[in-house]
Amino acid sequence: MKVLVPVKRVVDYNVKIRVKSDQTGVDLANVKMSMNPFDEIAIEEAVRLKEAGKATEVIAVSIGVAQSTETIRTALAMGADRGILVKSDETVEPLAVAKILKAIVEAEKPDLVVLGKQAIDDDSNQTGQMLAALLGWPQGTFASKVEFEGDKLLLTREIDGGLQTLKLNMPAVITTDLRLNEPRYASLPNIMKAKKKPIDEKTPADYGVDVTARLQVLKVTEPPQRQAGIKVESVEQLVAKLKEAGVIG
Amino acid sequence: MTTLVIAEHNNQALNDATAKVVTAATKLGGDVHVLVAGQGVDAVAAAAAKLAGVSKVLVADDAQYAHRTAEPLAALVVSLAGSYDAIVAAATTVGKNFAPRAAALLDVQQISEIIEVDSADTFKRPIYAGNAIQTVKSTDAKKVITVRTTTFPAAAQTGSASIEKIGAAANPGLSEWVSENLTKSDRPELTSAKIIISGGRGMQSGDNFHMLDKIADKLGAAVGASRAAVDAGFVPNDYQVGQTGKVVAPELYIAVGISGAIQHLAGMKDSKVIVAINKDEEAPIFQVADYGLVADLFQAVPALEQELG
Ligand SMILES: Cc1cc2nc3c(=O)[nH]c(=O)nc-3n(C[C@H](O)[C@H](O)[C@H](O)COP(=O)(O)OP(=O)(O)OC[C@H]3O[C@@H](n4cnc5c(N)ncnc54)[C@H](O)[C@@H]3O)c2cc1C
Ligand SMILES: Nc1ncnc2c1ncn2[C@@H]1O[C@H](COP(=O)(O)O)[C@@H](O)[C@H]1O
Repeated sequence: MKVLVPVKRVVDYNVKIRVKSDQTGVDLANVKMSMNPFDEIAIEEAVRLKEAGKATEVIAVSIGVAQSTETIRTALAMGADRGILVKSDETVEPLAVAKILKAIVEAEKPDLVVLGKQAIDDDSNQTGQMLAALLGWPQGTFASKVEFEGDKLLLTREIDGGLQTLKLNMPAVITTDLRLNEPRYASLPNIMKAKKKPIDEKTPADYGVDVTARLQVLKVTEPPQRQAGIKVESVEQLVAKLKEAGVIG
Repeated sequence: MTTLVIAEHNNQALNDATAKVVTAATKLGGDVHVLVAGQGVDAVAAAAAKLAGVSKVLVADDAQYAHRTAEPLAALVVSLAGSYDAIVAAATTVGKNFAPRAAALLDVQQISEIIEVDSADTFKRPIYAGNAIQTVKSTDAKKVITVRTTTFPAAAQTGSASIEKIGAAANPGLSEWVSENLTKSDRPELTSAKIIISGGRGMQSGDNFHMLDKIADKLGAAVGASRAAVDAGFVPNDYQVGQTGKVVAPELYIAVGISGAIQHLAGMKDSKVIVAINKDEEAPIFQVADYGLVADLFQAVPALEQELG
């Protein structure tokens, strides 16, 4: 079984971002960038499948600026076998990402694609579902457990009320939720080894995909800031304040 | 302009989220229809027909929609999409699952989790865990939209739409629903509760969450949690509030033993009044709290329960 894992380079989850004063976007200059946390979980799951003898090859794909190579290298250091960088300096929206991934799936013929459920920059939560649609494959989103049963995939998902289990035909697309696994840290020897693993370089045009944005960003603004509150000295005072504010009876 | 709202329900009752999505949909202008896809959904359809602003309810009653799995639901929506300018769903785990699938089949770039409708093609949506708000204009002829329900009021129940049965679409037959393990609770749902009390890693165990349950029962509140508390197994996954959990905006949010990471704040900072109980006076949660109590929760929480009488 061949596994494809799309990994996105995003602002590190610990960074408190700043909106540019001209409202054109978020300031990314000198900001720490990392692999999208859900994609680390996706790589981890794929590598575990390989270690369990279920997967034969794990391919990491990233679509974005040249520095996305670093994100692919991280995936390779975690245990992916090779990488594909699809270089674009423009923002590529989820639908276009899905179209590029579809073309890669058609070329590479993986049996499973594992994506993150959501990129923590655009917070779209779309790409995996869109890829599954374009391929006509089943989708197992927000996965917290992945098992195989014969030629089917038994997948537990995090849903609003609790957990749901689905049986998917293969090939399939799945997207990871936080509790699927705990991603490993790449060891130094593996980081060194990753430097020798191959990364193919492509462009969206190589796959015949038009990445023109469908959504025009008119502006990006700061959310309303909350007023600083007060510290109360005791539980009695807290309850009195809440009664005053009329939020408890 | 005609908009199709996909109803959120459990086959028995219409979820409150739908009434909020209808409010967002009416802001697009034009007619609003609601699709109820499920199994044995007469009561749901009747409830949807009462929502103000809805002119027609379409009912697809078929076993393949019993659990609203993405593949059949997206196929049904796509089969109806020709008559609609916009397709709108709640940003719940059902909406987040099927809507992008339908959008891709329609070659539309979905607009996720809108919090404001500026016009029929321009919307505001949070990005970067709500630390920036993007205003986007869609150039697609058809719109596919998910709605963050906390920012729209529920439509009134003063309507009287017609109800029309429709047939099922061809079932893609790609997956099979096996089972569901839903958290049972007599308390209000997190996303519609007026008061929420949430616990974090500071709670130390699932047993200790019973301290919060007692307060929740006194206040008629829902109980939530941080990711750390869910990861540690103190409470089930559906308790998680945050960027990648549930987004809530109650009248009162009480955070107990929660540090206030960006990802947690993303899910609760639009609450009307925020209370934080934390023993670390430097905890970032205090920066958004209206009332902060620096205290050991193991003393403060029982005292709070007492004080509430
Ligand atoms: C991709 C991604 C997505 C995420 N999504 C979410 C999300 O949706 N929701 C979410 O919540 N988090 C999310 N997180 C995790 C987030 O970054 C934090 O790790 C998490 O919110 C921390 O939870 P916490 O505040 O309970 O734990 P901690 O940060 O460990 O804080 C515990 C707090 O309890 C206090 N405390 C301890 N003992 C006591 C006591 N006896 N009395 C009083 N106070 C006490 C401490 O002072 C501390 O402030 C996400 C992270 C990533 C990377
Ligand atoms: N530019 C990209 N390059 C590689 N993978 C991506 C890219 N954009 C999105 N993805 C994948 O799709 C998932 C969901 O992203 P999104 O739909 O943008 O929230 C991510 O977790 C990645 O696995």
